Parts: sequence; structure tokens; C-alpha cells
Amino acid sequence: MKGFFTDTTLCIGCKACEVACKQWNQLPEDGLHLTGMSYDNTGHLGSSTWRHVSFVERPVPLGGTLSNFSWLMMSDVCKHCARAGCLEACPTGAIVRTEFGSVYIQPEICNGCGYCVSACPFGVVDRREDDGRAWKCTLCYDRLKADMKPACAKSCPTESIQFGDLVQLKVKARQRVEELHARGMTEAYLYGEEQEGTGGLNAFFLLADKPEKYNLPPKPEVPTKRAPKSWLSMGAAIAGLAALMLTAAVTP
Amino acid sequence: MPGLGISFGRGGATTFVQDLQHSDVIVIQGSNMAECHPVAFQWVMEAKARGAKIVHVDPRFTRTSAMADLHVPIRAGSDIVFLGGIIHYILENDKAFKEYVIPYTNAANIIDPRFRDTEELDGFFSGWRADKGEYDEESWRYQGVEEVPAAGHKEVVPKEGGGGPRGKDVKKAPRDETLQHPRCVYQLLRKHYARYTPEKVEEICGVPPKTFLQVCEWLTQNSGRERTGAFCYAVGWTQHTVGVQYIRSAAIIQMLLGNMGRPGGGIMALRGHASIQGSTDIPTLYNLLPGYIPMAHAKQHSLKDYLDVNTAGGGFWSNFPAYFVSLMKAYFGDAVSKDNQWGYPWLPSVTGDHSHMTTVSDMTQGKIKGYFVMGENPVVGSTNGGMQRDGLAKLEWLVVRDLAMIETAEFWRERPECETEVFFFPAAAHTEKDGSFTNTNRLLQWHHKAVEPPGDCKSELDFVYELGKRLKAAYASSTDPKDKPIQALAWNYREIKPGEVDADAVLEEINGKNLVTGKPLSKYGELKDDGTTAAGCWIYVGCRADGVNQPARRKPQREQDWVAREWGWSWPDNRRMLYNRASADPDGKPWSERKRYVYWNGEKWTGFDTADFIPDRPPSYRPGPDDTGVKAISGIDPFIMQVDGKAWLYAPSGLLDGPMPTHYEPEEGVVPNAMYRQECNPRRLEYHLRRNRYHRAFDDPRYPYVLTTYRLTEHHTAGGMSRWLSWLSELMPEMFCEVSHELAAEVGLKNGGWATVTTARAQIECRVLVTGRMRPLRIQGRTVHQIGLPYHWGSTGLVRGDSTNDLIAFVADPNVQIQESKAFTGNIRPGRREQRYRIEPELAELAEPRDLPGLRPYATQPMQHNPEKE
Repeated sequence: MKGFFTDTTLCIGCKACEVACKQWNQLPEDGLHLTGMSYDNTGHLGSSTWRHVSFVERPVPLGGTLSNFSWLMMSDVCKHCARAGCLEACPTGAIVRTEFGSVYIQPEICNGCGYCVSACPFGVVDRREDDGRAWKCTLCYDRLKADMKPACAKSCPTESIQFGDLVQLKVKARQRVEELHARGMTEAYLYGEEQEGTGGLNAFFLLADKPEKYNLPPKPEVPTKRAPKSWLSMGAAIAGLAALMLTAAVTP
Repeated sequence: MPGLGISFGRGGATTFVQDLQHSDVIVIQGSNMAECHPVAFQWVMEAKARGAKIVHVDPRFTRTSAMADLHVPIRAGSDIVFLGGIIHYILENDKAFKEYVIPYTNAANIIDPRFRDTEELDGFFSGWRADKGEYDEESWRYQGVEEVPAAGHKEVVPKEGGGGPRGKDVKKAPRDETLQHPRCVYQLLRKHYARYTPEKVEEICGVPPKTFLQVCEWLTQNSGRERTGAFCYAVGWTQHTVGVQYIRSAAIIQMLLGNMGRPGGGIMALRGHASIQGSTDIPTLYNLLPGYIPMAHAKQHSLKDYLDVNTAGGGFWSNFPAYFVSLMKAYFGDAVSKDNQWGYPWLPSVTGDHSHMTTVSDMTQGKIKGYFVMGENPVVGSTNGGMQRDGLAKLEWLVVRDLAMIETAEFWRERPECETEVFFFPAAAHTEKDGSFTNTNRLLQWHHKAVEPPGDCKSELDFVYELGKRLKAAYASSTDPKDKPIQALAWNYREIKPGEVDADAVLEEINGKNLVTGKPLSKYGELKDDGTTAAGCWIYVGCRADGVNQPARRKPQREQDWVAREWGWSWPDNRRMLYNRASADPDGKPWSERKRYVYWNGEKWTGFDTADFIPDRPPSYRPGPDDTGVKAISGIDPFIMQVDGKAWLYAPSGLLDGPMPTHYEPEEGVVPNAMYRQECNPRRLEYHLRRNRYHRAFDDPRYPYVLTTYRLTEHHTAGGMSRWLSWLSELMPEMFCEVSHELAAEVGLKNGGWATVTTARAQIECRVLVTGRMRPLRIQGRTVHQIGLPYHWGSTGLVRGDSTNDLIAFVADPNVQIQESKAFTGNIRPGRREQRYRIEPELAELAEPRDLPGLRPYATQPMQHNPEKE
């Protein structure tokens, strides 16, 4: 099982990951407009942006530093959820779980139905305007097959994006949190290393503020998570109705 | 880089970026390292992970600040007060590492009794010649000895020859190693910086004493045998009218703290492009030949004059004739010999200032006919874009070589009157040609051609080689003596195929060879002054030792120690850290186990790196009283390029604007100079031209805000390599300014909206980012707003916008003629500009007094450039 550990406290916001991703995967540009949102002119992940660096300006210090201001940067990516909403929703079998544990959309099978788009709790999957198909990070499946790191991890100059075996990455990540706590950055924590609603994320993060600050859902959940419960309640409702009808029938 | 050259002997970063991981404190000032050098910045992050404190001193809170333990907001243009304040703190709290300072620096040297400080003369040093607008350096010298050449030999202003090598008697200069003599350098420094107190730092820089003292404490706590600290700077320090003195200030701190030549220490001069270090080593500068050999001056009539002026009495510049003669043999081969002065009379002579700004102002006066622009986009990237365009429009012909149709090639489209004939040659990219880069580590790295250049694209090498061949053909039958150098030039490089030169053949020439045996040289010590050796750049000798392309070595770091001496090759002699003799104490032992690097093992100098010293000279060696040259280097002289072997806390020569850094306000500021009555650097270079009007020195009601310019990670300088690429352009698609919430409220600017920024030179429009990363400062009791302006945009390319550099005036540091683009004044208002191009100045405005005569004394500038009056 392979994945990403993105340590946002090491991110310098250089966006090398965004560019390396676009270059390797030959993705088109998506607009030449200044957003006015700090140094983020990409906005969000999408069909042609598979890595996205968000910038959060805060007039408060980061734990352990003496500056009275902080600027959080985080390189976001498809989480390759252990339990993936997109995969579960895909009616054609275009979305598969690979031998690396990643979630991969096979473009030649995708028919563009878009069910995966609404099934992703992170808003990662997106359809392209021109061909209608759904696109997202492939965890550089082609590079992994050739025994190479994903392009984003390879280009990251500060090792904010670490790629590797998930078990090892999680050990490293927990150590890093302890280290940061010891240095006074007590707000540091792991996001998605374990997560009930998604079964855990194969791309997890070390954050220094609430998930919402980074535009991440605080409690993501795949839609099918609630399916048994809803079937159950539907069953109960049917049973109730039946009972009601029965009662009505037997009542004179 | 005379800031470092004068202080330590060589104009290059004193260490390598990988060494920063061993620092215990890193101060980044005058640089936005994370944004502009993100790859090198990984070593700062590594140091941080190991527990080092990271300080970022900058007007803006940037991506570098975001990674720092402490961001110190500072007023642009006030750094010498901040750094001088640190010097004051070190000296007054007795925090200098004296075991290092006394033997390795000139702290103990006694200065001429005629010397007067700026404290006594209110902003001037002794020797100011008001009639000439320059200093006479005579009173700055060491007591009792003749002139001591700086950086071993360097003269900023070439001098007439005669008298033989200079500085031979420097070892006889009196020293007081108790540092008590009132005129010893140590005491002069104390006197000079006596008023650079934390209170002054607050008053001038806007930095509260608590923050300032935190930086002082971190620096001094991490000094001594066990601990070291490093400084990183870039053009945020150099681009000022006192830029060289900014760097000198940091050099003084690093000398006092004993941080030079030691692991985790040093001053990292971060160079902005892949081969900017290379472009000064094998220079594109008008006053230097390869290897920092000065260009001949018209006053030096014979080879003897030239060699006498440039040969030092002590240190390795004493071998100057060997370096020079070998260069001439590389240029001209068999055509030169002792009989024709090794071709010295063929070299062009410098007659004055021919720097970029002077050349362009001459161009605007129609004095220049033709211009080659290669790998540069001056219309966007250079100061005062309007002047740049004016100059280009007055040429007869212009040649531009670039990857894309940059603004410099397209400027004429906006100028119907322009008659310049413009030739555009498409250039090959670095992936399309062989060659080397010399990076900020002084490290040469070879790159191989990966793909063929498309269409007509050619490398610079092939272009210049072909140009040379055609020039030689054109002048082949000339009998005019002036054409002799072209006829005599050795111009026969190996070609891989017709029209494609083997770049390795050029490296062979640079490395040089023994002309008797034909074998490649392996170190510069082998160079001779008798014509039996040739070398194209003496400091690069050894880059092709044993006939092997050393820069092409790529042994991974994990297969060797952390210094990685087998990756590429660095000058000189593959030394990764300069002055590393100083990593050992005077006895040759490491200062501590923790900071072990190069040391004496009883027989020779050894350690992680090639020793930057004479390999077998013991620490106990002392020269005799009459020894000169390399013999005069004592066993405790780590700075082997300096004539006295010492690092210079005080520069007795070599700098045009003073022996010690002194605070002057920028040419255009918002407050009066709170240290001296002299407002600006009296020696700065001004250009009085119609297109280059200056604001008042301070308090100009038309231009109340401080402007500062910079680059972003997402773009490449003037945009030639980024504004044509969608993947980079979309990340920073529009020109913008950065302002504080307070300024936005004051002026009525809206985030994401338009603003117009104005100076006397131009007005530009841009989008607005209102951010808490910009903060107003309290300076001398008033609120000072600073406006940040990236400068990447121009009128062509995928993303377009106004060019920030149009706003900036030509005004320069005297030592290196660099522009002042990091601190000047301007105004801002909401909305778009009304005119498409520059505003035309009203003539009445031209008469505006620049320095408010009568209000403050002002050193006049008779040397100033005024071609309109010529």
C-alpha cells in the first residue's frame, strides 16, 4: 500500500508539485486570472489540477515561533481513500483500486456519467468540459509501474510531500507530530491517517489549524457509509407501514 | 562582489548551500530565499529540523518568513542600521570571538592618525573632495605603510602604473593585539558604531528593541568554538546606493563572531540565475577579464605598468603575471610572446565608467550604434524601462537572442518613430545544448544536450563562434593595426558537426594546458608567466584535470561524505568552503569536535574539504620581514588572497564610499537621515536626464510611500522563461502590488481591484493584494507604508502587464554601478492608469530641487553623468 504523507509545516508554497504534475500528466492550464486569494491562483483541485497549493494567511503566530503572523501552505491532492466514494459510485467499473492501493480512473472506460463527482466527500473528482470524462490524480500510476516516485513528490524541494509505504509513512508522521509538539507547535496533528468516514486516507496530512482552514471537510464520509443505516431505516419504515396497514385492515 | 571580495579576498559566496545544514542560527536578510532559491532552501529547512534558529529580516512577510522562527519587518533601505546595531551589541557586550578575531582579522591593525570618522564629520569620512565628489583614500590606510591593495590587488578605479607590486610592506604595519590602541581597527569600529543602539534601530528601521535584541542574542549565543551561524543574502542587499556596504556590514558581524571559513558559518551570496556566478567568473562585465583580472586601463601604457598595478606584494595575487600571461596565451596562442608584451597593447582599454546604466544613457544620446542582447530582457528587467526603450530606439541595429519574442525584441511596435533595425535570433534552451553552469556554490555542473534545438535555434556558443569566424574573414586582409587582435585571435574550436562547436573543447581551453608537454593543467599553482602555460580562466584551472570533464561528475551524495567533493567541481581547486583554514584554531586544531572541518595533522592540512591554504605550510610558519608573495603568507593567515592574509573588518582601500559601512538613506526616501546630516551616500552615481527625474530626498508630498521590488517563485526574472509557459503563467497570471490593510483603507484600495502606482519616471497599473503580510511601520514617530511590487510582467507573452522597473530611476552604487531598486518612493491610487504608456514629464517639474539646498548640507555630485550637457 503506497501513499502520500504531506507535512504542511514543511511546505514553502513553491508550487513545484503543481507544475511537475501538470507537466508529467500533460494537463492543460485552467485560466489566467488573479483570484485575489493570497498567492493561490489555482483555487481548487479539478479535472486539470491534480495538485493544488492553498495559502492561509493568519494574524496569529504559529506555535513555537516568535513572529506575530503566520502563513500556512498546503499541497492538496486526491486522498485515495481506503474506502473511496468515487469507486463505489462508479457504475461502469472505470474506477479501480490498483495494486499500489491507489484509486485510478481508467479514461478509456469512463463514460462521463459523473456519479463519482458527487460521491467524493472532498470534491476532488471533476469532469472535463471538453470530453465529459472524470479526471483526478492517478498517483502517477505510470511512474509507479516504472519504479519512480510520483512527479509531485519527486519535485518537492523540502520533502513536504513524502511518498512511500503507508505503514512507514504513518510511523514517521506520528514521530513528526511529537517532535513539533516538543518544539511548541502544539497545534500540529494528523488529518486522515485514520478516519472513520473514509476508512483512512492513503494521502494524509499534517496540519496546523482546523481542516476547514485548508478547505478540507472536518468529518468526511463516503455516501455509502450511511447506506446500511438508510436501508435499515427504510426497512423499518416499510415494516411500520405494513404494521399500520395490517392494523388498519384488522380494525373494523 | 566587492563586499565579499574586499573583506575576504574573493568575490563569491564563502560557503556552499549544503553546509547551511550545520548552522546553529541562520539570518536571511536581503533575500527571499524560500521563494527565489527554493531548492537551496531545503538546507535551511534541514538546519531547522536539527534545531537551528531561522531569522528572516524583510519588509514583507514572505514564504521565507513563514518558515522562520522569527520574522523581523524592517523599513526597506535601513539595513545598515540594523546590522550596525548588531555590531554595536557584539562590541559593547564583549561578545566577539577574540581567539579568532585577533589572529585572523585586521582588528589589531592601527590606522593612520589622519583618519576621521563619519561620527566626527557628520556623515563623511576624511578625504572627501567636494570638488571631485569622491574620496581620497590616503588617510584610511594602515599606519606607516604604503597603500595596501584591496582583495590582494583590486582597484575600483584603475591607477597609473609604476613602482612595482604594492603592499609589500604590509606585514610591517603596526598591530596592537590587546585591541586597546585608540586607533586600532577594533576601537575604531566601537567608535563608528557607538550610536547604532537598539533605540536607533527602532527609530530608523522600525524594529522594536525586544525583537532586535532577540536576533542579537541568537547570533551571539551561537558563536564561539562549539557553535556557528550563517548569513544568506541576495539582491535585496545589493540593489541599493550603498549595496556593497550592506554586505560589508554582514561580513564584519561574521568576522567578529568567528563564523568565516567554518562549517555552518559563512556568508551565502545567493545568485539569481543558474550561472550568474559564472557570469562574473568568466565575466560579462566591462571592467574585468576572466578570473577577476582587471581590464587594462588607458592610463596603463605598457604591460609593465599594468602588471605593477595589479600584482600584490603578498598572497596569491602576487602571481598575477602568471594568470595574465596564461590568459593571453589562451586568447592568442603563438601570436603572442614576451617580445610583443604578450599582446597587452591589443586589449581594449577602459577609459571610464561603461556600466549598464551609463551605456544606456549614452544610447539615449545617440552615442551607441549597435547592441547585442543575449539572455537578457532589459526593457522589462532593467531599471527605468522608458530609458531602456529610448536607448534602443536610437540605435542603428539591435541583435536579440532569446527563446521567445521578448519585449526587447518587440519594443519598436509601440514606437512608430523607431528606425532601429532589429535582428532576432532564436536561441537554444539549456536542454538543447551542452555546457556548464556555475552556481551560487561556485560549483561547475555540466549539462548534456537532451534534444536537438528546434528549427533555427542555436546555442550562444555556436552563434558567437560563427560570428567570430565571419569577423576574422572580414578583417583577414586588413593592414590597419587596430584589426590585429581579431587577426591574431586563436579561434579554432573542435566541431562535432559543421556549425556545432564541442563545448568540451571550450572547457579544455578554460582549464588550460602546459604548452610544452601539451598536458592539461591540474591546479592554478602550475601557471607560469613565461608563456609555457595557457589557461582561459585561472581560477577554473583543474576543472578538466587529467583530461576529465570534472563538472560532469555525478557521484551521488549518499555514496560520499556530506561535502560531496565528487559531484561537479568548484573553483578554486575544488574547494567547497573558502577560507577553511579558519575552521582550525591558530595551532591548526579544530576549534571543537562539533565544528571539525579542515585541520593540520602534523604534516599537512587535511579534513572534509580541499584545504584553502598552502597544503604543507605548518601553523607555526612565520614569514621573514622581507618575504613577499606566497612566502609572506603566515601559518595563521587564512585569507590567502588578501595581501596581509587577514579578513578586513576595516577596508583601508578598495571601496569608494568608505572603509566602514555607514547608514545613508536611499536616493529617494521618506524620512531624513537620523544618524548624520548627510542624507544619502555622497559617493552615489546620479544620472541627470530628462527621462530620469528624481524625487525629493525625503518628505516629497507627491511620493509619500516606500516602494520595493522583487521576484516570485512562479516567474523567471523578466519573464522570458516563464511568461510564455501556461503552467507557470497560470500560477501568477497578473501583475499585482501588495499593500497593508491600513494603506488600503487610507487610499481606498480593494483586494483584487486595480491600482495605479506612480513615480516621476512612469505610472503603471496593477491588481491589488491587500494582506496582513504587509504592515505599516513606526519610523521617527510617523507611520511609514511600504508597497511591494513584483517585476515580471511586460507587453508580450501569454500573460501581460505593466513593468515595475519602468518606475525606477537610474542611480547607482559607486563600487559596482548597481541600481537602487529595493528602496525608492512613489504614490498609489485606486483605479487604472489613464495613459497607455509612460507619463511625459512637465518641464516645470524638472526644475524641482532634488535635495532641498539650504535645508540640509548636500554633497554635490560633479562626477554625475549628464550627457545632455556634454
